Amino acid sequence: MVKSVEPDRNRFQKIVRGKIRENLKQYVSQGELIARQGADTVSVPLPQIDIPNFRYGHQDKGGVGQGPGEEGTPIGDEKAGAGPGAGDQPGEHILEVDVTLEELAAILGEELELPRIEPKGNKSINTKKDYYTGIHRSGPESLRHFKRTFKQALRRQLQTGTYNPDAPVIIPTADDRRYRAWKPQSMPQSNAAIIYMMDVSGSMGNEQKEIVRIESFWIDTWLRSQYEQIETRYIIHDATAREVDHHTFFHVRESGGTKISSAYKLATDMIQKEFPPQDWNIYPFHFSDGDNWGGDDTRLCMELLTEQLLPASNVFCYGQVKSAYGSGQFIKDLMEAFPDNEQVVLSEINSRDEILASIKTFLGKGA
Amino acid sequence: MLTVERRLPPDLEEHRQIIRQYAVDFGLDFFEVIFEMVDYDEMNMIASYGGFPTRYPHWRFGMQYEELQKNYSYGLSKIYELVINNDPSYAYLMRANSEVAQKLVMAHVYGHSDFFKNNAWFSQTNRKMVDEIANHATRVRRHMDQYGQDEVEQFIDCCLSLENLIDSYAPYFGTPKETTEEQREQEALDTHGTKFKTKPFMDSFINPPEELEKERKERLEALEQQEHFPVNPEKDVLGFLLHNAPLKRWQRDVLGIIRDEAYYFAPQRMTKIMNEGWASYWHSTIMTTKALEDSEVIEYAEMHSGTMGTSPGVLNPYKVGLELFRDIEERWDNGRFGPEYEACTDYDERRRWNKPVNKGREKIFEVRKIYNDITFIDEFLTEEFADRHQLFTYRFDRQNGQYVVDSREFEAVKTKLLDSLSNSGQPVIAIDDANHRNRGELHLTHEFAEVPLRIDYARSTLENLYKLWTRPVHLVTTVDGKRKQFSYNGTRHEEKLVS
Repeated sequence: MVKSVEPDRNRFQKIVRGKIRENLKQYVSQGELIARQGADTVSVPLPQIDIPNFRYGHQDKGGVGQGPGEEGTPIGDEKAGAGPGAGDQPGEHILEVDVTLEELAAILGEELELPRIEPKGNKSINTKKDYYTGIHRSGPESLRHFKRTFKQALRRQLQTGTYNPDAPVIIPTADDRRYRAWKPQSMPQSNAAIIYMMDVSGSMGNEQKEIVRIESFWIDTWLRSQYEQIETRYIIHDATAREVDHHTFFHVRESGGTKISSAYKLATDMIQKEFPPQDWNIYPFHFSDGDNWGGDDTRLCMELLTEQLLPASNVFCYGQVKSAYGSGQFIKDLMEAFPDNEQVVLSEINSRDEILASIKTFLGKGA
Repeated sequence: MLTVERRLPPDLEEHRQIIRQYAVDFGLDFFEVIFEMVDYDEMNMIASYGGFPTRYPHWRFGMQYEELQKNYSYGLSKIYELVINNDPSYAYLMRANSEVAQKLVMAHVYGHSDFFKNNAWFSQTNRKMVDEIANHATRVRRHMDQYGQDEVEQFIDCCLSLENLIDSYAPYFGTPKETTEEQREQEALDTHGTKFKTKPFMDSFINPPEELEKERKERLEALEQQEHFPVNPEKDVLGFLLHNAPLKRWQRDVLGIIRDEAYYFAPQRMTKIMNEGWASYWHSTIMTTKALEDSEVIEYAEMHSGTMGTSPGVLNPYKVGLELFRDIEERWDNGRFGPEYEACTDYDERRRWNKPVNKGREKIFEVRKIYNDITFIDEFLTEEFADRHQLFTYRFDRQNGQYVVDSREFEAVKTKLLDSLSNSGQPVIAIDDANHRNRGELHLTHEFAEVPLRIDYARSTLENLYKLWTRPVHLVTTVDGKRKQFSYNGTRHEEKLVS
């Protein structure tokens, strides 16, 4: 009788979560998790979760091998993949643990004490999904329910007295067959749309974009854990704005002037066309270094915000990334224009270390 | 949990009896083996507990389980067999394996069990370990109930961190000397000098009381003068801490458990090559000469070559062990041993040497009885063998960031191999002063042998050692050619050069 490994496994996973929480700041500021994102898990490298002991530094150790080759022949970067059966010693590698994005969001939420979001929107929007809940007497063979069919056949044979305990052969007839059947069920759904806008004018350097990239990854992760469906749109702008895909958003580098209003205008159009505010929770995020081209444009921005964007959105978040060239004026203008507006969340990000705090500012309101 | 039928199904039971009989006929002398059928999930579970499903609870078993599961699902590794050194031996067979695989594994397992029973290095292990481990688990659980799971688990972490600091050879030289300072003092006080045997009426002449008293005083004085405790460097760090560290009763109990288990597993590390070689020798002998049916040959060959596979950077213990045993058998069959053969330097003559004495089988049985990996390699790894099997040493080339073939010189290969086996591949570290600087600080020295320690791990380990000793701890080792002392005093790390 084997006792279950589950308690020990849960202990381990708890320790893993603890470690991630402990190092969250580092994971966030280094941004290395983004590259490790799979379909719905992230593989998190955990240094030193294994028990330390006095051991040799393995690179210096060298050893004895077997096979052809002259002196100096390379035999591989690492002693990759020990031979069959040679695996009784713990490996010398950094442990990588797969964590679901949901779990990562939960850790982020707990660590930053983010409130759960109360979705607005039309509760009557329903999605239909098929669930296998029932059993039918007919159906495709691929859905045949073996156990039920067997039981049915057994029952019939017992009833008709054709069951022989000494030679327990069960032969199902066509009547005995049972199939899994599905029922469509409707679920109320709340949708969210995130619109990322980024200033890509000459003053935004690689480091600034990296900060935006990391921050949007975590914001994405969190919002995804809060809504069933998330649409993400990306807008870049310098003097003009255009919609781009995810990759371009983070890699493009333009130069030239800055007209923030162009992006707000495009976002407004987008909302009108694709995301009717009564059905969608809309989150516009705008990142820039705070430079704008003249007071006229800034005034236009405020107008667009007040009349169009703010009424449509849950919150409007503006993150100002510090750059060597930007004047950093825009955040001041926003502060002035919306001094007590809860819907406008402003955050200044001077370095990578401040990303976490900035996320908290953006998402801490639970709107 | 669901109790699943574990017994062998009738057809496999039949095979088992046949194979068992073959093994007996070949002269194998094993503990009775109880085979159980498990699926991969259970197999991984049992393997993650080191073969003992009833082990004490600890998170690292969960970690190992996850890793095994992941490797299995990615098809990276698969455990064919698992056998426990116990009387009777327990062996687990994977339910999904084919019949040929099961037969091979059974033969292999009988080889292991024979090795467990007869190899001298296993002679000191507890043969009722299955029961013992279950008792350990009960005790640990009781402590957890009383003192809290977190506290006990953290203490276990500390102990495990020092788990490799045992004296693997100690069990073979009488019971390890486990004396505390008080005991030794008492001993010295109890002695009354050197007394000669005599008749009572002659006693005062032959053993003059004043001389005895003088001697006693001298001894006490010597004890007072003695600077070092322990007297000789103590490699059994766990044992030393068990008797001398300021531990609570439950902590002492847990530390004792960890130490017992470390000593139990030590011989398996000391005889990895031999043990696997011996078992492989027997599965191949039993299968190819007796148990294999014509239709199974291809599948057997595929499996066998799979376990024997080599890759350049890794020495496969199955392969090396098996080939060495075969080599020994052949040499002792053809008389290629003894002074006459050793003295012969002519390559061709050596190659053609054939004086049929047919002592091969007898010899390998003897070898499996008294050798361990180090003595085995030292004695039986010949230049011809190293040549034939293309052995080489490798080193890490820093410039190119990869391992490269270093040398094919026989001496170099042998030395490197023996080095890597010495102390089962663990650094040799001993306590040489438990009252360092007369402040009750613990001082350890690493017996440096070419390869430096990993410093980040060493620091964390010192922290754990501190938790047990509760006074500052020091470790002297060599880094970049310089002797350095690493210290931890409970709040911070220090390092300094020492002469």
